[in-house]
Amino acid sequence: MNWYLQRTIQMLLTVYVVITLTFVLTRMLPGSAIGVLRARLEDETDMSSAEVEAAIQQFINIHPDDPIHIAYRDYMLATLQGDLGQSIWYGRSVNEIVAEAIPWTLFIVSWSLFIGFFVGIILGSLMAYYEGGKIDVGLTTYGMVAGSIPYYIFAVFLLIFLSYRTGIFPTSGRVGNVEHGFNLAFMGSVIHHAALPTISMILAGSIASLSMRGNSIRVLGSDYLRVARLRGLSNNTIISQYVLRNAVLPMYTSFMIKIGQMFGGVIILEMIFGYHGMGWFMVESVDTRDYPLMMGCFMVITIAVVIALFLADLTYPKIDPRVTTENEEL
Amino acid sequence: MSREHTDTNDTTSDTGTPVADGSGAPANPLDVLETESDVDTSFGTTQKMKKYLRIYLWEPWQVMRRDWRALVGISILSSYIIIGILGWLFLEPTRMGDGPNQLPWFRSLAHPLGTNLYGVDLMRETIHAIPMILKMMFAGGVFTIIMGTVIGTVAGYKGGTVDKVLSTITDVFINIPGLPLVIVLAVVFTPESAYALGILLTIEYWAGLARAVRSQVLQIRYDEYTEASRTIGLPTGTILLKDVIPHLAPYITIRFVSAMRTVLFSAVGLYFIGVLPEGDTNWGIMLSNAYNNGAMYRPQLLHWILIPSIAIVALSIGMILLSQSLDRVFNPRVREKHKKDDEELLEEEEDVGGKGLTLG
Repeated sequence: MNWYLQRTIQMLLTVYVVITLTFVLTRMLPGSAIGVLRARLEDETDMSSAEVEAAIQQFINIHPDDPIHIAYRDYMLATLQGDLGQSIWYGRSVNEIVAEAIPWTLFIVSWSLFIGFFVGIILGSLMAYYEGGKIDVGLTTYGMVAGSIPYYIFAVFLLIFLSYRTGIFPTSGRVGNVEHGFNLAFMGSVIHHAALPTISMILAGSIASLSMRGNSIRVLGSDYLRVARLRGLSNNTIISQYVLRNAVLPMYTSFMIKIGQMFGGVIILEMIFGYHGMGWFMVESVDTRDYPLMMGCFMVITIAVVIALFLADLTYPKIDPRVTTENEEL
Repeated sequence: MSREHTDTNDTTSDTGTPVADGSGAPANPLDVLETESDVDTSFGTTQKMKKYLRIYLWEPWQVMRRDWRALVGISILSSYIIIGILGWLFLEPTRMGDGPNQLPWFRSLAHPLGTNLYGVDLMRETIHAIPMILKMMFAGGVFTIIMGTVIGTVAGYKGGTVDKVLSTITDVFINIPGLPLVIVLAVVFTPESAYALGILLTIEYWAGLARAVRSQVLQIRYDEYTEASRTIGLPTGTILLKDVIPHLAPYITIRFVSAMRTVLFSAVGLYFIGVLPEGDTNWGIMLSNAYNNGAMYRPQLLHWILIPSIAIVALSIGMILLSQSLDRVFNPRVREKHKKDDEELLEEEEDVGGKGLTLG
C-alpha cells in the first residue's frame, strides 16, 4: 500500500516538474516569440495595446510582463484547469487540437506495443524451443539486424515499396475519404492507414524476441522445470505455467522502456507518414513557430507516457508478486 | 592459452621486481595508506596502471578476440573512424553541381555512389558526415556515463536525504520521454556544436544508468573491503573511485555503447524530420532532402535514400555487436577462467609488494 502511495506521489511530482519545465522553457523561447507575436498582433489587427496583451496571455497562458512568480502561478492554474492556450497557426485552442489528435496517436502506439510484444514472445519461444537449429540461427540473425535498423528507415522503405511503388497502402493521412463514424468502411480505412506506421515499429522492435529467447532458455534449463516433469505435469501446464510465465515476466522492464520510446518514436513516424497525430502537430508547430501548440503537445505526450508507465507499474505486482518487495528495496 | 598466461605472469613479475628494489618505498607500511589518497609514489602508479590495464584491457581482449561479434563490431567502428579521418583530411567537400544530376550509383568512377538531384556527390557527402556523427555519439556516451555514474554512486553511497533527492530526480527523468523533450530543448537552445547536440540527445538517457549504478552501490557499500576502507578513514571520494566504481565497469561500458547508439538513432531521426538546427550536412539531412525532393516515388533517386540508410544501419550493427560482446566479456561465467589466473597474479603482486615494504 505504501508503495502505491509512493508511486502516485512520484507520478504527480513528475507531472508537476513537466509543467514547470514547460513554463520555464516558454519564457526562454528564442527570438522572443512573445515579441514577434505582439508585433504581429499590433500590425495586423487594430487592437489596443491592452487588448494585445490580453490576446498574448490567451495564446501562451503567460503574461510576459508579470513578475515571474505571478506568471508562474497563473500558468500553473491555467494548465491544471486544462487550458493549454491558443494555437497561433491554427487559431484554435490547443486543447481542441490535442483532443482531436491524441486518440490517433494512442491508436498507433497501443497496437505497436501489443502486437510487438505478442510477436516477440512467440518468436522468442520458438527460438528457445529450437535452440541451435536453423530456425533459431535465422531468427536470431534477423532479430539482430532488425534491431540495428531504426524504425524510421523501415518506415521509409515500407512507404517506398508498399505505397508508392505498389499502392497497397496509402501514402499518408489518418483515414481515407469515407464517412466518419462507427461504420465498417471508416474502421477499415483507419486500419489501412495505421498499418504501415505500426508495422515499422513492430519490425524495429524485433530485438525484443532475443531477450525472450534468452529468458526462455534460462527457464528451460532450471531445476523447477525438471521437478515439474518428474511430477508428471502435462506439457501444456508446464509450458503455460512454468516456461511462459517465468520467461515473460523479465520482459516487463523492457516493456516499460518501450512505452516511453514508442511515444517518442511516433513523432518521427507521424511526420514520415503524414499521420496527423500528436507528434505531427508538435513538429509542424516547430516549423510554423507555433510555440503554444508545441508546448501543449510536449506536455500532453509526456503526461500520457507518465500515466502509461504508472498504470503499467500498478498492474505489474498483480501479475508478479515478487515485484512489490523488489521495488521497496530499491 | 597456457603459454599466454605464463607470458603475462612473467611480465607482471618483471614489473614487480623493480618495485621490490625500489628505493622510494616508505619505511612504515601505514605510510602507504596515508599517502595513497593524495600523493601516489611513482612506482605505485605504474603498478596500478599495469593492474588496471590488465583488468580493463588485456583481459577483456582475451575474451573478445575469440568472439566474432566483438571483432566485427570493432572492425566496423574503426573503419568508420579511419574513413572519417581520411575523408576529412584528403577528400574535398562536395557542393551542388559537382557532377551530373541524378547519376545512379556504380556508374562513374568520379562519383562511385552517384549523385543526387542537384549533382551533389553522395559518397563524399556521406563520408564528410562521419566526424560530426562520431563526435556527437562520443559526447552523448561520455555525458551519459559521467552523469549516470556520479549521480548513481553518490545516491547509493550517501543514502539518506541526498539519496532521496537524487533518486527522485532520476525517477522523474526516467519517466519523461526523451524525444519530445529533446525536440523542445533543441528549439529553445538551438545548439550547433556536435558535442552540445550529443549531450542534448542524452539529456535523460543517463537516468537508467544512474538507477542501475545506485542499486549496485547499495550492495557494494556493505561489502567487506568497502567497510575496511571506511574503517581506515579513507575519504569517501577515494573509496568511491577505488572500491566502488571498478565494480560498475560492466554496466558503464555497455551503457556507453548503447548511449552512442541512441544518439545515432535519435540524431538522424530528428534531422530527418527537420527539428535539429541544420549545420553541416549529415545522414539525417541527406534523408530529409531525399524525402522532400521526391526520392520516395522516383526510382532513379532510390540510391539517395539507400546510401545514408546503409551508413546508419552498418554503424548501428557494429555498435550492437560490440555491446553484445561486451555483455559476454563481463559475463561471470566467461570471466571465471580468467579470474583464476587473475587471483594468482594478485597474490603474487601482494607478495612482491609486501617484500618491498619489509625491505624498505
